[in-house]
Amino acid sequence: MTINRRALLTGTAAVLAAPAIAAAQEAPGVTATEIRIGSTNALSGPASSYSVISRCLTAMFKRLNDQGGIAGRQVNFIVYDDSYQPPRTLEQTRRLVEQDKVAFLFNQLGTPTNSAIHRYVNSRKVPHLFLATGADKWAQPKEYPWTIGWQPSYRTEAQIYAKYALEQKPAAKIGLLYQNDDFGKDYVNGVRDILGDRFDAVVKLVSHEATDATIDSQIVTLQSSGCDVLICGIIPRFAAQAIRKVFDIGWKPMMFMTNVSVSGSIVMQPAGVEKGIGLITSDYRKDQSDPSWADDAGMNEWRDFMRRYIPDGELGDNNYTYAYGAGSTMIQVLRQCGTNFSRDNIMKQATNIAPLEIGTLLPGVKVSTGPANYHPIRQMQLQRWDGKSWVRFGGVIEGANV
Amino acid sequence: MSENLVLPLSTASARPATSAWQRLAFVLAGVALAVLPLFLLESFHLFQLTMAVIMALAVLGLNIVSGYNGQISLGHGAFFAVGAYVTAILMSHLDWSFWATLAPSAAICGLVGYGVGFPALRLGGLYLALTTFSLAVAVPQILKHKAIEDWTGGVQGLFITKPEPPTWLPLAITADQWMYLVTVGIAAACFLLAWNLIRGRIGRALMATRDHPTAAEAMGMDTATLKTRAFATSAMITGIAGSLSAVAVEFVAPDSFTFGVSITLFVGMVVGGVASILGSLFGGLFVLFVPNIAEAISKAAPGVIYGIILIAFLFILPDGFAGLLRRIAAKLRGR
Amino acid sequence: MDGLAHQVIAGIATGGIYASVALALVMIYQATHHVNFAQGEMATLSTFIAWSMVQAGMPYWVAFFGTVVVSFVIGVLVERILLRPVQNAPVLTHVGVFIGLLLIVGNLTGWVFGYTTKVFPTPFSSEKPIMGGLVSAHELGSTAVTLVVLTLVFLFFRYTSLGLAMRAAAYNPRSARLVGVRVGWMLALGWGLAAAIGAVAGMMVAPVVFLDPTMMLGILLYAFAGALLGGIDNPSGAVIGGFAVGVLENLAGAYVVGTELKLTVALAIIIGVLVVRPSGLFGRVVTSRV
Repeated sequence: MTINRRALLTGTAAVLAAPAIAAAQEAPGVTATEIRIGSTNALSGPASSYSVISRCLTAMFKRLNDQGGIAGRQVNFIVYDDSYQPPRTLEQTRRLVEQDKVAFLFNQLGTPTNSAIHRYVNSRKVPHLFLATGADKWAQPKEYPWTIGWQPSYRTEAQIYAKYALEQKPAAKIGLLYQNDDFGKDYVNGVRDILGDRFDAVVKLVSHEATDATIDSQIVTLQSSGCDVLICGIIPRFAAQAIRKVFDIGWKPMMFMTNVSVSGSIVMQPAGVEKGIGLITSDYRKDQSDPSWADDAGMNEWRDFMRRYIPDGELGDNNYTYAYGAGSTMIQVLRQCGTNFSRDNIMKQATNIAPLEIGTLLPGVKVSTGPANYHPIRQMQLQRWDGKSWVRFGGVIEGANV
Repeated sequence: MSENLVLPLSTASARPATSAWQRLAFVLAGVALAVLPLFLLESFHLFQLTMAVIMALAVLGLNIVSGYNGQISLGHGAFFAVGAYVTAILMSHLDWSFWATLAPSAAICGLVGYGVGFPALRLGGLYLALTTFSLAVAVPQILKHKAIEDWTGGVQGLFITKPEPPTWLPLAITADQWMYLVTVGIAAACFLLAWNLIRGRIGRALMATRDHPTAAEAMGMDTATLKTRAFATSAMITGIAGSLSAVAVEFVAPDSFTFGVSITLFVGMVVGGVASILGSLFGGLFVLFVPNIAEAISKAAPGVIYGIILIAFLFILPDGFAGLLRRIAAKLRGR
Repeated sequence: MDGLAHQVIAGIATGGIYASVALALVMIYQATHHVNFAQGEMATLSTFIAWSMVQAGMPYWVAFFGTVVVSFVIGVLVERILLRPVQNAPVLTHVGVFIGLLLIVGNLTGWVFGYTTKVFPTPFSSEKPIMGGLVSAHELGSTAVTLVVLTLVFLFFRYTSLGLAMRAAAYNPRSARLVGVRVGWMLALGWGLAAAIGAVAGMMVAPVVFLDPTMMLGILLYAFAGALLGGIDNPSGAVIGGFAVGVLENLAGAYVVGTELKLTVALAIIIGVLVVRPSGLFGRVVTSRV
């Protein structure tokens, strides 16, 4: 894997060292033989679990290049490490834009990190595409026309939970357990959107820090405050703890879990599959560890890709299926560009995706964008854990119709 | 400590005084060296250098209290954060100009530093390490707290803009170039002040308090005042660096100031050389550029490579870069 | 039972985690007069080694003791290879090396073993819930293990000549060398024992918090605080300190300032206590002579 990437980089260096090959057209980062794409990710530090995303994307572009590339050009995907520190993200992004002269930026990781470069990329008019964050603020076509997210926002997801909980239990007392950062706070905002003025009366808020050892104390607090609904915006390790603890103390709230932390193999099995029975989530992806997708054509395409390009990758890690979806969207946009890879056209195509099915997304969930629609995925479906797999129920929910 | 430590600067002060024209030449060379990048580097590299100078300034602050005064601090990222937030809040909520925010930023950081200095009087070594590290861990959580969220922007942080180059300049320069000049100017002023402080009576008192506390007290030095003031001065300098970083990056958020910043500053101090002013400059360059070198070596695990480079560096130069300089200087003089 | 009792019990359960890691810090401190900031990451790496052994089909206790031995060797090697070359360097340089070690081990673990959350088995299980599910059988079992380790550490330092030699080597290397203590090997041995104790702590912690490369990130700070609160030269004090931190933190979070500031307040209280008693609650007061 590393060797591949290194070989790719060496190749690039050779191309760069050659006397300037006449550019086919006046587009930054594009030559007759190459398209340069930039990204940042946490390759080191505590957030480096996400580094597999850029690993997967790099492998996808390698597959694309093996198949002949895009319009006769090879994709050169450059990823730099920002250790999830916003100042470093700005530094690395400026390196990509000003020194490596990439055509555009793709799938950079994190909310605070992308915030740090939001204005920079828009003032420079560099396409800032399909970010790896579920924050709500990337869909502002008027103020920030060059930035577009990809996954459904956490806030929308929280709205879905709050709405469903109130339908089922109009007099619900909602406990909200969230990680004290932008990710967790979006769940607070989403629930507040639905409850409005009643928020303070109905909701008991309890936060935890990423550095906490356990969240036992938080669960005990929520239980003793008499909540009968529990909504969790927490990462996988704490999700597994929460599911186990809620079961062990004999508390039986209607429990919702962020779709960040619902993988069968990473969360449900560690927590104990029978302890999570009844847990509800709202997802847009297929869970690769779910037996119902064992023979699914879309998932088999992904498995085949993993076998050939990332043979040592952990198949249970759902960052790989996430990245596969984002990468497929990107490749579709590149194909749509035809032979015109100017920044204007790339942005135009990125915001003009006709409903697109992707193998790793749930049936009925499609990627689509438009000049006024900067939410590529707006659809999700509720599902419930039955002890073995996720069972979908209700229809596909459109984000806007929450 | 029973051994007699050779004070790094005691050798320096024993040197015959340099003549006036020599000093002038040094200053001119320094100015030329600082201004040259303005014309040689593209805006990206200039930005990197600006960030390196900012880190160097923050490391200098740490060096005053940990290097010269021997009080270990693993929490200087906290002062860096406070400085950055004071500037960001004044600029975004009250529309102050960047220049106007520098004084309040330094003052508030100095006060916080003075406050931290008091428990530090009772706690040495590991206990002080815990205290300061706690500060580094606590500050991002306090910044996120809902009571002050309206001011700090909570987890979303605050956006500000860097100062525009003034119109009276003879040459038209970009915002990046101006930012570099501003940073270098402020940093140079702080370095000069620190240098004056260290080579004078106060500096010797600081080092005496570090190396022979009881003797220092017996000589009539008020070590408690010295220590708390050292903390305040140190926090002030690091806070100014924080202010500069806020405008250079044009964004502050709690995630920009995790305890990792404190660790980074500490590393900068150790590789630059403990108790060395010039070393702080090298430390700033090291912590900014070496992670990029590590990444160029291995994309798979840049953190591992960075750790290896750091340890290898400390093997070769246990006294840091400044130790190397001192050895070279000693050789030259010995000839 | 009411909420307060529940919070205290949950705090004791979490405090047990801090206590077990605090013991490793006491060990390294007693042997070297330094605190290794990479202790937590090294324990995580050890736990991953144990996890690999279990995955390979070894019985739990074989993997357990196998990991303790491997970790001991790793600890000795780290001291010999990484610390020996800087042994005469200033203390701040040592801290720099610890940070380098932290970076290397922390990033290496994720790179080698992957980042996903993993299940680590426990040898202690019970069919019926204990105390209404507030405490698991594993938590009781691991507390017992912590107490066993504590007893061993105490006996080792108090009653064996090796323990005495080790303390002497840390306290006054020059005099120790004069009376024939092999100071270098004492330091290496201390590192090995600390790594072994850290491995035990990691294997006891992992079933509770689940295993991933960042498992120990926050725990080390709490354990450090606990060890200093109780007195870092006193193993029993450090264990009590660990439990105290767990309870204090829960009570602060649940009743005083809310969860957003509970760590801040817990640390402030600990520092407040230390200002009054600079050697910790149970530490030995050292008077220095000129």
